[in-house]
Amino acid sequence: MMLKYIGNRILQIAILLVIYVAIVFFMLHAMPGGIKTLLISNPKLTPQAQEAIIRAFGLNQPLWLQFVDYMKNVFTLNLGISFSYYPTPVWNIIAERLPRTVLLFTVATLIAFFVGFASGKSLAWNRGKTTEYVSTVVGIITYTIFTPLLIFVMIWFFGSFLGIFPLNQFLNPDLWIHTRLNAQIVFLYILMTMVIIGAVMMVSYLMALRFSHKESTKKMIFYVSTAISIVFALFLWVVSPIGIYGADILWHMVLPVMTVTIISYAGNMLVMRDSMLETIKEDFITTARAKGLPDKVVRDKHAARTAMLPVVTNFVLSLGFVVSGGVITESLFSWPGMGMTLLDSTLAKDYPLAAGALIFTGIFVLIAHLVVDIVYAFLDPRIRY
Amino acid sequence: MMANNANMTVEPVEAKLESPISIRMKLMWRAFKENWKIFSQSKIGMIGLYIVVIFAVAGFIVYPILANTVWKTTSLNAMVSYNPVTGYDFLQNNPAPPSWAHLLGTDPLGRDVLAQLLYSTPREFMLGIVAALITVIIGTLIGTVAAYFGGTLDTFFMRLADIVLLFPFIPFLIVISGMMQVDLLTLALIIGLLSGFGGITIVLRSQGLIIKSRPFIESAKVSGASDAYIIVNHIIPNVMPLSFLYMMFNVTGAIFSEAVLSFFGLLNIKMSWGLMIYTADTAGYIIGSNIWNYWWLWLPSGASITLLCGAFYFIGRGLDEVVNPRLRKR
Repeated sequence: MMLKYIGNRILQIAILLVIYVAIVFFMLHAMPGGIKTLLISNPKLTPQAQEAIIRAFGLNQPLWLQFVDYMKNVFTLNLGISFSYYPTPVWNIIAERLPRTVLLFTVATLIAFFVGFASGKSLAWNRGKTTEYVSTVVGIITYTIFTPLLIFVMIWFFGSFLGIFPLNQFLNPDLWIHTRLNAQIVFLYILMTMVIIGAVMMVSYLMALRFSHKESTKKMIFYVSTAISIVFALFLWVVSPIGIYGADILWHMVLPVMTVTIISYAGNMLVMRDSMLETIKEDFITTARAKGLPDKVVRDKHAARTAMLPVVTNFVLSLGFVVSGGVITESLFSWPGMGMTLLDSTLAKDYPLAAGALIFTGIFVLIAHLVVDIVYAFLDPRIRY
Repeated sequence: MMANNANMTVEPVEAKLESPISIRMKLMWRAFKENWKIFSQSKIGMIGLYIVVIFAVAGFIVYPILANTVWKTTSLNAMVSYNPVTGYDFLQNNPAPPSWAHLLGTDPLGRDVLAQLLYSTPREFMLGIVAALITVIIGTLIGTVAAYFGGTLDTFFMRLADIVLLFPFIPFLIVISGMMQVDLLTLALIIGLLSGFGGITIVLRSQGLIIKSRPFIESAKVSGASDAYIIVNHIIPNVMPLSFLYMMFNVTGAIFSEAVLSFFGLLNIKMSWGLMIYTADTAGYIIGSNIWNYWWLWLPSGASITLLCGAFYFIGRGLDEVVNPRLRKR
């Protein structure tokens, strides 16, 4: 059953991917004033040269043939050669930048989800108190604030006023100048460590479900195995020679992660609050209270679990929004991920790179969507397809 | 005499019958009054409405008056121009902090910040409302048609909405505006078109499905109404409140997108709030500890973007309580 569900989802996502690439193609290539005009609009080009460009890019072919070619190129990762990093192929640049964005977003959205979930829960439970009023207002402000404004204030506060976080860099050049180490490799190690820890947490959770019916044993298995894997990973990083470089990258990551979290937690919080307020009015909550269950149990076990569904839906739907906010965050913090690549290549009129970055940003969102769906189907016992 | 009498009895009956239009107007007025009562009880919605009204008054009324009286360049103050795009103050070093001549100071190019702020306000309104109108018209049409006919049409538009929902909007707009000359109207069109096929169709379709199953649709069909007639006269008026609610959220989105794009300097426009921050940022006045020394360069415009976006969002939340009775206070 589960496999069939996952297979269905993957198929759906694959279809969505094709549609997405099609939309991007028609917007960028087939519209008047699209890439074709840009390529041949240089007045220095002779008519022969224009002709040659049109033939080389296959722009004289019928539209559907161009589209098929484009589709084939996208799925074989043949995205052309970047103008500004000539002669590096676009795909190499994207392969280098994509992991950075993935790490930034995974960490930030996970934190934002849990912070939003927990604060929304307690907001609804403490309705009518001053804390509820204050945190709702703060949440709405961070939700509607103009992102660059927030980032300027963050840069000022943490970078110059407190001076505790580094600014506008991916790493500290003074530290890295003495090593032959490639930052990308260190970075990939960090990503790998996080994926392994995540996998251990997931497996131990599932194991705990199978292993025991007692709540306390389940919790113990989960927490102990998570703690062991984290301690082990930390130990490996500390003893290894690249530990300090990894720490440097993580240190530079704190501020961008914090910004993306601040931008996106409030949406989750407000949805959780509303959904929780509706759930509290239901009869089964009254029943649970009448049974004499402790307040905390009613809140966490009965109300919050039921109220979670719209929050997860909202979380999935807000992925695109978060990525949009991430473009601003990345480019203002000079975090060399997909968002910064996209903006810089657009400003530098490096069209192959811009189009490639756009397509892979979309693919990233779609795959994130898929992952959240599958994880959610695993975790929620009510969803069985 | 008899004939006269007959006329006398017939006339009052006709006079008593009001025309259907005036009845409809009265019903609408009553519904509006009732909804207004609910809306005005929501604090957040009223705050939003006040902010929007203040901005509208400032942009549409105060600015034209000021531009034609106090800020008009005369022979007396020929050294100072308050033109938001081409003006320059030759009497001081720019950017200058707020003073009596320039209530919010001047920007690095010597232009009056308050004039820029007020000049941009009507344009932000226009952009937001045009984009949201296009979105709502497309969304309402597609949502109701998909709900009414169902089948392949429904599936197609719902899958399309799925993808538009996941669309990385700002990155897409960045690439588009880097490739073509995008001005305010084009931007409104692009935003409106793209988001018209998005989440709004899903919401309006589900509302349309609820209305479609009501008995009065059945009776309209029995009395021979065509599909188009039913959609236009029965379903669309009933999903209208929800469309209106989503329009507010779309205004927020459109203004925010415009601000981000012009903040990156990608739009082909003369002046906007985002562009004001862009000017200050590229001139290097917002970096690090400089930020509080030159606060008038970014705070008024940034706060205006935040406030106006927030205000439309607040109105949306207030309307949400009108449309969705479950959200009201117990």
